[in-house]
Amino acid sequence: MNQNQKLIELHDVSVSFDDQKVLDALSLSIRDGEFVTLLGPSGCGKTTTLRIIAGFIEPDEGDVFFGSERINGVPPHKRQVNTIFQRYALFPHYNVFDNVAYGLRVKNVPKAEIHERVHEMLRLVNLEGLEHRKITKLSGGQQQRVAVARAVINRPKVLLLDEPLAALDLKLRKDMQRELKNIQKQLGITFIFVTHDQEEALSMSDTVVVMDGGRIQQVGTPTDIYNEPVNAFVADFIGESNILDGVMPADYKATFAGHTFDCLDAGFTLGEAVDVVIRPEDVDIVAPEQGMLTGVVTSVTFLGVHYEIIVDIRGFKWMIQTTDYCGEGETVGLSIEPDAIHIMKKSEYSGRYGDYSTFSDEMEEINQIPEEAEDD
Amino acid sequence: MTDAKMRGVRERKSRTRKKGVSLLLNFPYLIWLSLFVIVPMFIVAAYAFTDASGAFTLDNFRKLSVYRENIFDSFVYALIATAVTLILAYPFAYFMTKRSAAAQRVMMMLVMLPMWMNLLILTYSIMNIIETNGIVNNLLVAMGMEKVQMINTPGAVVFGMVYNYFPYMVLPLYSVLSKIDPALLEAAADLGSGGPSRFRRVILPLSMPGIISGITMVFVPSVSTFYISQKLGGTSVNMIGDVIESLVNRVSTRNLGAMLSLVLMVVILICIMIMNRFSDEEGGIML
Amino acid sequence: MKIFGKIYLGVIFAVMYLPLLVMVFFSFNASNSTATFTGFSLHWYEEMLRDSAAMDALKNTLLLAVVSTVIATILGTLAAVGIFGMRNKWFKTGVLSVSNVPMMNPDIVTGVSLMLLFAFVGRMLGAVESLGFFTILIAHVTFSLPYVVLNVLPKLMQTDPHLAEAAQDLGSTPIQAFFRVVLPSISSGVVSGALMAFTLSIDDFVISHYTSGSFTTLPLLIYTMTKKRVTPEMYAVCSCIFLSVLVLLLIMNLSQIRQAKKMSRISVIGKK
Repeated sequence: MNQNQKLIELHDVSVSFDDQKVLDALSLSIRDGEFVTLLGPSGCGKTTTLRIIAGFIEPDEGDVFFGSERINGVPPHKRQVNTIFQRYALFPHYNVFDNVAYGLRVKNVPKAEIHERVHEMLRLVNLEGLEHRKITKLSGGQQQRVAVARAVINRPKVLLLDEPLAALDLKLRKDMQRELKNIQKQLGITFIFVTHDQEEALSMSDTVVVMDGGRIQQVGTPTDIYNEPVNAFVADFIGESNILDGVMPADYKATFAGHTFDCLDAGFTLGEAVDVVIRPEDVDIVAPEQGMLTGVVTSVTFLGVHYEIIVDIRGFKWMIQTTDYCGEGETVGLSIEPDAIHIMKKSEYSGRYGDYSTFSDEMEEINQIPEEAEDD
Repeated sequence: MTDAKMRGVRERKSRTRKKGVSLLLNFPYLIWLSLFVIVPMFIVAAYAFTDASGAFTLDNFRKLSVYRENIFDSFVYALIATAVTLILAYPFAYFMTKRSAAAQRVMMMLVMLPMWMNLLILTYSIMNIIETNGIVNNLLVAMGMEKVQMINTPGAVVFGMVYNYFPYMVLPLYSVLSKIDPALLEAAADLGSGGPSRFRRVILPLSMPGIISGITMVFVPSVSTFYISQKLGGTSVNMIGDVIESLVNRVSTRNLGAMLSLVLMVVILICIMIMNRFSDEEGGIML
Repeated sequence: MKIFGKIYLGVIFAVMYLPLLVMVFFSFNASNSTATFTGFSLHWYEEMLRDSAAMDALKNTLLLAVVSTVIATILGTLAAVGIFGMRNKWFKTGVLSVSNVPMMNPDIVTGVSLMLLFAFVGRMLGAVESLGFFTILIAHVTFSLPYVVLNVLPKLMQTDPHLAEAAQDLGSTPIQAFFRVVLPSISSGVVSGALMAFTLSIDDFVISHYTSGSFTTLPLLIYTMTKKRVTPEMYAVCSCIFLSVLVLLLIMNLSQIRQAKKMSRISVIGKK
């Protein structure tokens, strides 16, 4: 099928639950055969978007298109999409075979064909020989595979995956990421994947849709999203970043942290206030006298491949990842190349992110609690 | 209206359709509830506030004092019976939880079996056992001893109530006691609690929901019974249930009976509400 | 302590089963006394089979129990699904509270209130006899309903809300999804609710007493008899009921035990 053909389109879709806006005039188009990830924190509306495509939620306003057909009001069982649910929703009263065969039986597919297709599917997900196992006797990873087989066997045009890996431990997660990606390549169908895990999103997707507050913040390839975040929220949510207030004194010049740097960005009005993003791995530690900026190291953490150090420059805490060791309390110089500086327009998120003065591992963990009941 | 707005309206309608489904499923039930639960309560109230000719009157309530003693007796008997049942059933349920799983299953079955039997026939059987020329007295006479008056005493009535409603106390108690994690008791012991203190500080508070629902399930039928008191109490005991039963049977005193029913209902609902205050478990009346 | 526990359980069970034993014992009495045993005989069992009133009452009891259980189970299960889906919390608690009224009200009040309703409606319709099979059926459905609802609701709460969605996602209509996926996962609640409804119906005397008219069930027949004198024939009838309940419970228990054994065997194989 044509890779560039638009398969699913959302036009100005809004949804409210109990007077609270969950999606705010969201528009999105998804091409055929694409692996799209909806990425965002709890409550950003990503699961709601998925459920609108699946047909479990009707938008208050706006249109949903499948191909060229408007599918508002079409019930879930008449849509050519299938879902892999959070915690899988496998039918506990059926065994593996019956779960996978469900969709075909509903469509009255002949027995022999069901038999053949179920076995083919179980082969695809490496579950051969477990046909008659009870669902409750399966491990988490096996349940995950049954869920995939049960959905994919119906040959949907689109597979919707609602945080399918959230219940698995880290190692299994990595394996399943690879496997899902393989299955997607093999079948050539569109995957719409919901997650709050940015690493997962970057490593699996063709396109990443970053969402917050019921709105899309940015759509792009993983590299685009990482290298060219549009605002402070995206920069902070994807990877680590130092986000500073800056001014553009001229094209290809940026002033921040009391110093004017060369950069690659142009087209701003003279003296426009901007947000400046500098990724921690793009900063070089040099001798203080050679540095464009100088500051004092306030904390050093050894992380194996590199050190993560926090440097205080005029009260702003920078995070820097380096392979050179610095001692706490040491004064160091910072050198930043023009291509390491990314300039963003000011947004509602300005000033809320990007300073590491309150940084701690514990905070990081709190922020990564998987979202479970976004819609409830 | 713009196109987009029209669409919005249509969409909102389709969303309310989902709510409509739940209403549709409930519809027969809601009708049933209003016809056969709510309306009858209003009819009882209507009868209570009218005389035989249908005119409004408060006379029925003025006669309440006539039945003061019956009401008082009913509550005293029911309270005593409930207390005795609780005291007997609590150790019973507790000891049950100490047996093996297989034994527990068998005992559960044995506790439930009499619940399936008719209350009337069991009460009659008790009557056979304790009546003046009954089985016990026959045995006593055969052994050369004197007969003992057991039937038609308050004790017989309490025994009848305890006997009949005992399983309803055991079941909720057993279900809470068997769910108490033994690790909690070990933890309490580890923290220095001896046997009695473990009971008072851990077991008792955790079994409170079971106690409350057991009390409700024994007290309500006891306070309103009329059969047990008739058969085992004879003329010595005349409970509110007996009074309502005899009043309602005659058309001329039906309004008086309705008034007593209303009073009984209100008092019991208040009692239940107060008791539910002590237990946070929703539907604590359930088995 | 252990010994004491055993003795305690034993004594209580003995007292609990004494009246039942007396009942069974005297059902075999040769004479018509229920207190003095004069000799073993099956006379009362023959009498029972010949007694058309008792047989009719038994038939009525079973008919009423089956019909009222079916109605209460269907109505109650649908209602539970509906109540579960309610979004308005106040309305939900309201419906649940009203639904619990027949369970909390003393039987005598429920009975009297329904009798007054039927008498009222009967008078309006000018009927000579306002009570009969349909009124007692309504009464039995009414007091069974809350038990069905309260048995099904917790099962619905335990069911993964995504199950029905998954079924629809795979092509089932909402109705198919209910029957194929939701109903099987709440079936244990539906069955136990139905079982309770059945038991309550068979056993009910007080409410039937006020709503039956000339329709006689076994408990009502026993009541009329105990007003005068119960013959061992009634004991024979009840002994038969006792035996069937005992067999039923044993079968249920045995199948449970067998299932448990099977499950443990499966899990052992699974571990290998």
